[in-house]
Amino acid sequence: MTEAETIARRAIADALAGIAPEAELAQVDPARSLRAQLELDSFDFLNLLVELHARLGVEVPEAAYGQVDGLDALTRYLAQRLAQRLAPGRSAGPEGGP
Amino acid sequence: MIELTLPSFGADMEDAVFVEWRVQPGQAVRRGDIACVVETQKGAIDVEAWQAGTVASLLAEPGQTLPVGQVLARLADEGEDWQAVAAAGPAPAAMPGAAPAPAMAPAVAAAAAPARPAAAPAGPAAARAPGMRAAIAAAMARSKREIPHYYLRQEVQVETALAWLEAANASLPPARRILFAALALKAVALALRQTPQLVGRLVEGRFEPADAVHVGMVTALRGGGLVVPTVHEAHRLPLPALMEALADVLARARRGTLRSSDLADSTVTLTQLGDLGADSVHGVIYPPQVAIVGLGRVAARPWVRDGQVVVARTVHATLAGDHRVSDGLVGARFLGLLAEGLEHPEAL
Repeated sequence: MTEAETIARRAIADALAGIAPEAELAQVDPARSLRAQLELDSFDFLNLLVELHARLGVEVPEAAYGQVDGLDALTRYLAQRLAQRLAPGRSAGPEGGP
Repeated sequence: MIELTLPSFGADMEDAVFVEWRVQPGQAVRRGDIACVVETQKGAIDVEAWQAGTVASLLAEPGQTLPVGQVLARLADEGEDWQAVAAAGPAPAAMPGAAPAPAMAPAVAAAAAPARPAAAPAGPAAARAPGMRAAIAAAMARSKREIPHYYLRQEVQVETALAWLEAANASLPPARRILFAALALKAVALALRQTPQLVGRLVEGRFEPADAVHVGMVTALRGGGLVVPTVHEAHRLPLPALMEALADVLARARRGTLRSSDLADSTVTLTQLGDLGADSVHGVIYPPQVAIVGLGRVAARPWVRDGQVVVARTVHATLAGDHRVSDGLVGARFLGLLAEGLEHPEAL
């Protein structure tokens, strides 16, 4: 994972600790729906996004909900925008350069 | 002189275990201040003061099992001297097994308000679960035994409502977005206002209609169990305020920090399965109420519009009514009003 992805993944874990405290992220299939596996309802999911917005400064609009269904997809989405915020003009991946 | 009594949190509740005081003699309390904590089959509940006053004498002791209606404390009214009220009332020792509760110094009182698990001698969630299951079982069994239910279902088109909501939410940060659950609650509450035979209580054979639509929201707890906190005046709150009230009470329910006012005086119940649930839910009426509204999973389904089959998001709405109080026609009218209300989301 890139540094941004590591930061994003930690923020997700911390936010979920308050919403689904018994959940073990290591046991979640990162490709399948996070909401279905952790039984997060619409309020839980919205609270997760509110927390992530507060921690990372990244907003996930409703139109993008389909792109952030799995843990990996959510991590990547957040990491890309986090990297853009931290270094505008650079791309997010390890190949990124000025 | 004001008496703080143990409130009832549901028709199935008979008693509660007293956990701890959050106030002390001589302390002024306002309406809504947390006075004490009790443990019930619905979990640990913060009991609020219903009237402003000054605490005079604390009568209940941690560990005691007390019946609904038991006087927990005496308070002085405005203008009364609290020490005179304390001296005039029966001594705390008059309560079965009671000894005078030691007055807590403010520092001790603050230290005694820790995270919820430490405060509940009745045990953590796992130990409470059998009690909650027993309470649900008793209420549901009683309902099926006593209430002649009739059941109605209607598929309601919500594409219009969802498109409107999505447009409104597009420019809002997550903290201000409104969920379909809140929009649906508002529509349900407004439709119920027009079908008063579905809102209120049946007490000793007589139906008492309620003016206000206080909606009990069925909420599943992580790890099992259900609790039904109330959203008060659901028909009156503007949508953003309703969303906030709903989110707040659901958060309190899930954290186990419900207050007595959260469990008081609901006049009808709504059960929403949400998008992880089944297509429809036929609820069981929670006595002494006379109706329960159900909403299934919102999903894209075939829908006929202008003679063509299109894809539209719909929801299966159900109504279970007490046949002693209302007939199918009333229930059907409610479902029609609900469908119509959701076609005009901007008016909600």
